[in-house]
Amino acid sequence: MISDATRARFDKEVAKYPAEQRQSAVMACLAIVQQEQGHLSAESEQLVAEYLGMAPMAVHEVSTFYNMYNLKPLGKYKLNVCTNLPCQLRDGQKALHHLEHKLGIHMGETSADGLFTLQQSECLGACADAPVLLVNDRSMCSFMSDDKLDQLVDAIRAAEGKA
Amino acid sequence: MKAQHIIDQFRASGVQTCFHGRHIEPQIYAGLDGSNWSLKDYEARGGYQALRKILGKDGAPPNPETGAVGMTQDQVIATVKESALRGRGGAGFPTGLKWSFMPRQFPGQKYLVCNSDEGEPGTCKDRDILMYNPHIVIEGMAIAAYAMGISVGYNYIHGEIFAAYERFEAALEEARAAGLLGDAILGSSFNFQLHAAHGFGAYICGEETALLESLEGKKGQPRFKPPFPASFGVYGKPTTINNTETFAAVPWIIRNGGAAYLACGKPNNGGTKIYSISGDVERPGNYEIPMGTPFAKLLELAGGVRGGRALKAVIPGGSSSPVLPASIMMECTMDYDSIAKAGSMLGSGAVIVLDETRCMVKALQRLSYFYMHESCGQCTPCREGTGWLSRMVDRVENGQGRASDMDLLDNVAENIQGRTICALGDAAAMPVRAMIKHFRHEFEHHVLHKTCMVPAYV
Repeated sequence: MISDATRARFDKEVAKYPAEQRQSAVMACLAIVQQEQGHLSAESEQLVAEYLGMAPMAVHEVSTFYNMYNLKPLGKYKLNVCTNLPCQLRDGQKALHHLEHKLGIHMGETSADGLFTLQQSECLGACADAPVLLVNDRSMCSFMSDDKLDQLVDAIRAAEGKA
Repeated sequence: MKAQHIIDQFRASGVQTCFHGRHIEPQIYAGLDGSNWSLKDYEARGGYQALRKILGKDGAPPNPETGAVGMTQDQVIATVKESALRGRGGAGFPTGLKWSFMPRQFPGQKYLVCNSDEGEPGTCKDRDILMYNPHIVIEGMAIAAYAMGISVGYNYIHGEIFAAYERFEAALEEARAAGLLGDAILGSSFNFQLHAAHGFGAYICGEETALLESLEGKKGQPRFKPPFPASFGVYGKPTTINNTETFAAVPWIIRNGGAAYLACGKPNNGGTKIYSISGDVERPGNYEIPMGTPFAKLLELAGGVRGGRALKAVIPGGSSSPVLPASIMMECTMDYDSIAKAGSMLGSGAVIVLDETRCMVKALQRLSYFYMHESCGQCTPCREGTGWLSRMVDRVENGQGRASDMDLLDNVAENIQGRTICALGDAAAMPVRAMIKHFRHEFEHHVLHKTCMVPAYV
């Protein structure tokens, strides 16, 4: 079931395209589902496929092609650290290692309390702000020194009652 | 405090990359402070005057000879041609010429697309335009649509800069409400519907035909060209695609004339250009300066090399462009022709600076991994070749290289170049070949001594 609120968001995306080109909204619809549910499941892809009049496999082709779609449940906060060359030159790799140490996990893993998933990412398009961190696909945090990373993680843990 | 509120605070403390006041004669970034992005602010800076001018809604008297007001489609395109504006996304193709390829008498729907899928490592200029001056892109696109007789447009925005997508949507709402987009714009007979779309993490979608596929709701695998987008674009219809910064340059050109724009650059390289400087400089950021400004001046604006160290090398136009040693780079001016003559390319204007402590093998290792990761897998030379290159650079960096590896790297790269549907293959090959050409001794040192020529830094 797609909720009315979600359907309203889908409708807004579909309205951007010609009536016979509903498929164009698939990227946005999947991003909306991910924002609401944390990840994409076979069921949610099926619902998007039905809503847009696409084959489920065509939806799956999209979700598996683009880096930012989560194909399995992740931690409540997905932390993506850019380590591409411009960031690497300004401690992007170091920031990733710092978070590995701070969270006690390796990149690609989720912390035991279910709060954080840490990922290495490719260019986020914020090269002059390195080190940069993208939280849950939509919040870009710039100039993330080790101190600021600690503050962010500690504050989120406190807010979630897991300090 | 709620966790999202905390995250927002960190977000708010960030981006300062274009408010430093160290631009030279800026046009796109002029007068921006981070809070004045809205319609009324843009109009206070002279915004939408160019659109009013071409539509004959600026109050100017009619042409005494013809009695006409405004500008014709041909006049707009001629003005852009005269300006020598070249595509700011990387290829540097003359914009006016591209616009003239659009079949203006085509009976069906035509489309205008803005490529804001800014993912070329080193590049972060379009993000600041979209965040802090979104209406300049809307006005530029409206002018382009008018010139080519197009009634529908899309701006495809890099998924990772989601805040820029949301900001652009907000600006679109403002423009629609003010009658600057939609039907009968400013009371004229010109209609233009503009929408925003977003990617979700795929470097390849910056390639224009991959972007079109993505816009159609498919995986972003590039199309074979020809046919070019001008004849077969979105939904198979004639489509013109330009970069964000290219559209953003247009309102100034219409207001001030093509000759004035050309005059602030250098011949064949009109106008100002925004350079994203990253890496080993004191003040990384976006700098808008006239085309043809010496690289040394740009480096000075960015505060010079970090820590007073010596400059070793520069990747002048995004990670795909061939690296240039300091001695060559310091002789260059920042424009398409000068950088091309030096053996590289201006690309997107992303200047990645490396100082004397940097190991070039390590730098290439990260880039080669990136191209392997982002190859869409469609063409065999790229899919297999980028992995092969990455594994080879890896082993040289890790002290397991062979004496034959440098020649093999060059050979594999050479066999990718020019043998793929899109330019990602070339983009993966060029950095490898340039690194081997200019810094072969560092690779040889790695193979021979199993260690860097320079001190470890990470």
